[in-house]
Amino acid sequence: MAFTQTASETAPSLRMSYLDVLEAEAVHIIREVAGTLERPVLLFSGGKDSAVMLHLARKAFLPGLLPFPVMHVDTGHNFPEVIEYRDKVVAEHQLTLRVAHVQDYIDDGRLTERPDGSRNPLQTVPLLDAIGQHRFDAVFGGGRRDEEKARAKERVFSLRDEFGQWDPRQQRPELWNLYNGRHDPGGHVRVFPLSNWTELDVWHYIAREEIPLPAIYFAHQRRVFLRNGMWLAPGEWGGPRRDEQVQERTVRYRTVGDMSCTGALVSEAATIDEVIAEISLSRITERGSSRADDKLSDTAMEDRKREGYF
Amino acid sequence: MTTLSLDTARDSELLRLATAGSVDDGKSTLVGRLLYDSKSVLADQLEAVESASRARGYGQADLALLTDGLRAEREQGITIDVAYRYFATGNRRFILADTPGHVQYTRNMVTGASTAHLAVILVDARHGVVTQTRRHTAVAALLRTPHVVLAVNKMDLVDFAEERFAEIDDEFRRLAGSLGIPDVRSIPLSALRGDNVVDASTEMPWYTGPTFLQHLERVDLDEDLTALPARLPVQYVLPGNGAPAGQLVAGQLRVGQQVLVMPTGRPAVVTAIHRLGTPTEHARAGMSISVQLDVEGDVGRGDMIVAADRIPTTTRQVSATLCHVAERRLAEGARVLVQHQTRVVGGTVASIVDRLDLATVEHTPNSDPLAVNDIASVVLDLDEPIAADPYRLIRGTGSLLLIDPRDGATLSAGLVGPAFR
Repeated sequence: MAFTQTASETAPSLRMSYLDVLEAEAVHIIREVAGTLERPVLLFSGGKDSAVMLHLARKAFLPGLLPFPVMHVDTGHNFPEVIEYRDKVVAEHQLTLRVAHVQDYIDDGRLTERPDGSRNPLQTVPLLDAIGQHRFDAVFGGGRRDEEKARAKERVFSLRDEFGQWDPRQQRPELWNLYNGRHDPGGHVRVFPLSNWTELDVWHYIAREEIPLPAIYFAHQRRVFLRNGMWLAPGEWGGPRRDEQVQERTVRYRTVGDMSCTGALVSEAATIDEVIAEISLSRITERGSSRADDKLSDTAMEDRKREGYF
Repeated sequence: MTTLSLDTARDSELLRLATAGSVDDGKSTLVGRLLYDSKSVLADQLEAVESASRARGYGQADLALLTDGLRAEREQGITIDVAYRYFATGNRRFILADTPGHVQYTRNMVTGASTAHLAVILVDARHGVVTQTRRHTAVAALLRTPHVVLAVNKMDLVDFAEERFAEIDDEFRRLAGSLGIPDVRSIPLSALRGDNVVDASTEMPWYTGPTFLQHLERVDLDEDLTALPARLPVQYVLPGNGAPAGQLVAGQLRVGQQVLVMPTGRPAVVTAIHRLGTPTEHARAGMSISVQLDVEGDVGRGDMIVAADRIPTTTRQVSATLCHVAERRLAEGARVLVQHQTRVVGGTVASIVDRLDLATVEHTPNSDPLAVNDIASVVLDLDEPIAADPYRLIRGTGSLLLIDPRDGATLSAGLVGPAFR
């Protein structure tokens, strides 16, 4: 049996741009999860990566509705614009939303507020508890391999044991487009459909698909103060301290996370094309520019991931 | 610094490449140089590398630290696992699977090469083609990576001698030719100095070919999956309209086309195609789509929709080449799960026929249990049929995973049919 290779007569409309390739790959991954695992959930923080992931997941099942719920781990230190955005998206696309509240854990003493006020590291326990309570066996995350060097070695299907832990030395080889999501009883698999996307890819895709985002991604006036070289916004989470001066700046956010550790960029980029132009010229990575929690040590991300972080 | 226009960025192509080489061949230096010279290393990453280098007592920044991300790797100064890197130039985007050369090299290189369009194999110009080069080239040939580049590194240590390069190039071409690799190219370079990596070397005027990066930018990516017969493994049946959905792994589909639903072989006609919600007349390999057929009922996950005129072989016995990737051994008689695209069936390892020595490409009869990094010809008996193609004809429908039914661990990667042929 031999197939003769004839000159291809591919119509120009059938050419796939690199965004088409990334989109088709992500949809394949999402459909594999829906086809092989019982109870998937998609982590939706309202950030740009989760907005893109949700958009891809919705497209994967059209004309049907998303066949699994979305979940938000709420630190209690949210940007109000992001919560408003989250609720609007949930209503518009008839999504089922689950929320895990870090505040509940602090209120009843299961978690203790950190001295620096950051609640980012506190998300892990409520996340793992919610996964256990709802018996989720597949958890979609918006992580990208270009974000950080520990992520560069993460699989698309990444196993977690019953304690939610990641063991980078015991990862399954991942070959071709064949994914294996089998996991121990009580464990689950984290799935990263955006593994091969870069920050710029995400923005180009947002532009092409006209995906709405929370307003804080674009330049706006905000009262901010400087801490450890980052512009933080005052809020109930505890900032600013007495010695920190609040001033008004034109800023935007490059990532969206807990208010206590997500820094704003001084920026005039008010539209998607201006944001893309700004990122193209940036000489600093997105985590380097806006995440205090990754600066703690050289392997801060690996340590958090091992414990079950996103 | 130049910025590309948004339209160019959107329409440029995507090249997936895998690198292989021993520690001392300077692979990390080449990868670091590529990322650095293409401006994909940003200021804060470089700062982190510089401070880590200082902490380890190095005089200058060790670019290998850019890619060695895990704590154990940094502590032991080795690369454990396949790492993925992303960079772009004016007309192409690149996904680089950086595979370690010394630990579990076969398993890692098989993993990296399985999705690659192009494999980069490094040699030290002083040593030329060595045993490790033969192994790496054999893996690329086995996995049918369409393009292979030999990076002849450390040319500065052989006085940039044309004769030395010609010797190595000649030997490599004979090796690649004997393995049936369709497209090979050798490039003389010095990763440390930057000669012929991004910019042309002034030390080697006798070399008139492209620099390493130029070659990556120009290599013809038209693998022509579209010229193959249509293969659509069904992943999921869509809520709402019941249409089977999947990613077309080979060929093209058109509305009105005659197809068969495998493994039953039931004939049908495609009545509609949707590409993520948008109707289309015509789809090609690589696209994630859903289709509607003129027959009612049972098409589900694990079925495959194929071109009616060129069909795969439906079989319950498969001869395959296995690359064993698990630490636990696999013996004759073992029960396994066989994953073939979206279909998973039970099976038994009926016989282990031989072992392949990657360095000599010789098969030796051997029925011992498979150990990690072994490559062997086997026969699998399946409980239910699969519709498979030989790997050499269609990679997507010629590849298998063997899974341990007891705990779900991935055991082996399988290539349907004999190795290399």
